[in-house]
Amino acid sequence: MANVLEIAGRETLAELDYVGRLNIQLWATLRAMRRSLPLIGNRHRWHAAVQQMLEIGVDALPMVALLAMCSGFILAMQGASELRRFGALHYVIDLVAISFTRELGPLITAIAVCGRSGSAFAAEIGTMKVTEEIDALKVMAFDPVEFVLAPKYLAALVAVPCLSIVSNLFGILAGGLFMFFSTHLALLLYFKYVMVSIALRDVVAGLIKSLAFATIVAHVGCLEGFRVRGGPDAVGRSTTMAVVRSTFMVIVADAVFTAIFYFVGQM
Amino acid sequence: MAIISIRDLVVEYDGRRVLDGVELDIEPGEIMVLLGGSGSGKSTLLRQILALERPRAGSILVKDTDITRCSQADLKGVYRSIGVAFQSAALFNSLSVEENVALNLREHTALAPTIIDLIVWMKLAVVGLAEFGKLHPQELSGGMKKRAAVARALSLDPEILVLDEPSAGLDPIVAAELDELILFLKETFQITALVVTHEMASAFRIADRIAMLSEGKFLAVGTKDEIRACQHPRVQQFLNRVPDNPVRAPAVAAYLERYVRSEEANL
Repeated sequence: MANVLEIAGRETLAELDYVGRLNIQLWATLRAMRRSLPLIGNRHRWHAAVQQMLEIGVDALPMVALLAMCSGFILAMQGASELRRFGALHYVIDLVAISFTRELGPLITAIAVCGRSGSAFAAEIGTMKVTEEIDALKVMAFDPVEFVLAPKYLAALVAVPCLSIVSNLFGILAGGLFMFFSTHLALLLYFKYVMVSIALRDVVAGLIKSLAFATIVAHVGCLEGFRVRGGPDAVGRSTTMAVVRSTFMVIVADAVFTAIFYFVGQM
Repeated sequence: MAIISIRDLVVEYDGRRVLDGVELDIEPGEIMVLLGGSGSGKSTLLRQILALERPRAGSILVKDTDITRCSQADLKGVYRSIGVAFQSAALFNSLSVEENVALNLREHTALAPTIIDLIVWMKLAVVGLAEFGKLHPQELSGGMKKRAAVARALSLDPEILVLDEPSAGLDPIVAAELDELILFLKETFQITALVVTHEMASAFRIADRIAMLSEGKFLAVGTKDEIRACQHPRVQQFLNRVPDNPVRAPAVAAYLERYVRSEEANL
């Protein structure tokens, strides 16, 4: 029993230590991020941030769109199979539109970005650690947080909400295609119903979530990279850990945000 | 007046003492070679001199600044007077050789781009890579990478040049070329160089003084002749390339004796 408590205590302390490191890193990045901004910052950092935006955002567009389409079809079909029995097939429109804007759009995007970019951040920074590039940056009087992390974080803050909007559009479009093929509902009319069923605060809530998810993915990925010790095998482990931890934390954060929005909506 | 002065330096990893009361003075304009076997603490001492790690006790004065206790701002000032070529070269793979060398100039000076281009060309010419500036590090051979790393280290005209295992992994001809380059830099720029190596030929070719490190302590510090004349058994063993005989180690000998006896019993 004592052993179980000992292990639980040790694991809890390790996790608290991890969260503490994440917070320290987040604070350091926020302080360094001014240098990555356009006009007032360093143009090389801004160029690096734009490059990262293309990699996180544009390169992920086909994947996110496809994932959203598939999820939209699944949601519409599963919803329709039950709602049809009650003669309430038209509620599929509300189901798909509200689910995507509030929940699925940002979540699917975050999970896709975890797999693509979170792992890439960990691998890139981990490799830089192994090949002494991070040490080289330090002895060249550069701050690795400003040089490596801040452009990635800025790019994630811009790209992930944009991807979430794309995900929302494609998910809702998939619902529209399902309705068209199953009930011959015209797409234009479908989108008119969609506009009636979603409210601005649903979209804003989704975007707030996606900003939080971008923070989690960028910082967990980079922290796992910075924690690499040893050789190339450690880079592989850090990449796996980046995906596992960031996916877990995204889902926990989603639950927390959903609970907050739910109770705020009740008031 | 020493340009680098190390006093009573103690470094421990997980309670294991890696450097034990190390003291060393490096004079301006001299080439000091840190010599020692694998695991002797050479790389640890180098990381301490570059302030990449904090010691448990002791001080390191670089140009009269105690880098073990100074602020980050002071440390950045010290870093600008040090050029470092890491063992793995640590060139940034996403940048060309030219961009690697230009990085320091671009970020830490207000020089016009044309002047930076000229300086970069000169630095690359010094190391014999003037025609290879457009290539990326992954397109270079091992020796060229090391020379590119030296060019980058020289970009801000540092007073101190630190070279970690410059000839490791190179064929004898390329290693000898690097030795000549180090001597050329000393003669031309009156640079102070700290070279970490375990290559005896290279050490005795370039050194003004040699510091021999073993098990976290200096066994001998002196000129080449003084090191050759040193009667310390470990120094003599290192100079004469006498291997440790594992068969004579008590644990191994006892195991072999038991093995031979059991084989005899089976017969």
